Amino acid sequence: MKGLWDIFSKGLVLENPIFVLALSLCPALAVTTSVVNALAMGLTVAFVISTNNLVVSIVRHLVNPKVRVPIYITSIATIVTLAELLLKAFAPLLYKELGIYLSLVVVFAIILARAEVFASKNPPLRSFVDGLGMGCGFTLAMLLIGAIREVLGNGTLLGYQVMWSGYQPALIMILAPGAFILIGYLVAAFKILSERIEKARAERGETI
Amino acid sequence: MNEYLLLFMGAVVVNNFVLTRFLGLCIFFGVSKNLSASGGMGMAVTAVITLSSMFAWLVYNYILVPFNVTFLTTIVFVLLIASFVQLLEMIVKKYTPNLHKMWGIYLLLIATNCVVLGVPLINVESHFSFMKSLVNAVGSGVGFAMAIVLMASCREKLRLADVPKSLDGLGIAFIVAGCLALAFFGFSGMITL
Repeated sequence: MKGLWDIFSKGLVLENPIFVLALSLCPALAVTTSVVNALAMGLTVAFVISTNNLVVSIVRHLVNPKVRVPIYITSIATIVTLAELLLKAFAPLLYKELGIYLSLVVVFAIILARAEVFASKNPPLRSFVDGLGMGCGFTLAMLLIGAIREVLGNGTLLGYQVMWSGYQPALIMILAPGAFILIGYLVAAFKILSERIEKARAERGETI
Repeated sequence: MNEYLLLFMGAVVVNNFVLTRFLGLCIFFGVSKNLSASGGMGMAVTAVITLSSMFAWLVYNYILVPFNVTFLTTIVFVLLIASFVQLLEMIVKKYTPNLHKMWGIYLLLIATNCVVLGVPLINVESHFSFMKSLVNAVGSGVGFAMAIVLMASCREKLRLADVPKSLDGLGIAFIVAGCLALAFFGFSGMITL
């Protein structure tokens, strides 16, 4: 059980897909103008990455190593299309908001990377948990960025007014430049955070 | 003619793919550490976007639409582009080994990439004609190349600067990109299509 928890938790901070691995940045900037969009995108990616890890792990002995990448891509594209159709049917407004970025989930480096690095070498359950951990780390990062941008740029959180009434929204946070600058600072914050965690672990004599 | 020129300029500066639509950021931050590499990458991306947009347009309008299977667009485009880039790499390797030495590595990096998939998708979603997709693709490629070259120049200078330890590397790169985006923001509203 401890092994599974370790696999799950490394995606949250130490190997956070956005802040540490710096993979799949496009959606992190593009759809995080509000918390709802960020959450929807995060959950979609978590769904795709864990399902794909499961599929890749199940077929890992059948796939010829020479053609593995096209097979992974086909699997990812199928799952993304599935997610797209589901969203279109049950949440058409959200589907419109996410727009082209939803189709672009196919080419997120993090999904292919987890399939290649982890799922192709590990049994299904462990791969699925790894996908879930990475997906949750991704969703957390998206929520964090989305919340900061919505509060500063619009004065609201989930659509409710949270800032005082005379607050002048800093429009730049909703626009492109604010997103870049915010992520720059968050990357630095995560760097400090993971250094602290590693230092604490080293002091307790644990190895990762 | 005027219309095409506007579309082109719009794709290069106003709707710059990297700085206003956030596509292709992996390459943008990954390969912008030195100037010559980023120039090569910019050219390779422009070539691949242009050619794959053409193929994607043809496949979409002559295969996907007549057979009424447009919901497969994502899968078809991804596979089309990935296999096309592999093919291009083989052709370049066979006929122009020198070019391959310069570009080969970039070609494989862009096989599955946001901007290369994004442009064809935007083209078909906006119902562009063949010529318009072509112009839009070239413009997007040039815009990407311009952004990555600007970024690489900034980062080469940054190497000499004294950056706080925690911001060093990716952190400061993002903040520089933010400033670039702010500059490009001055173009917005200049051309309305």
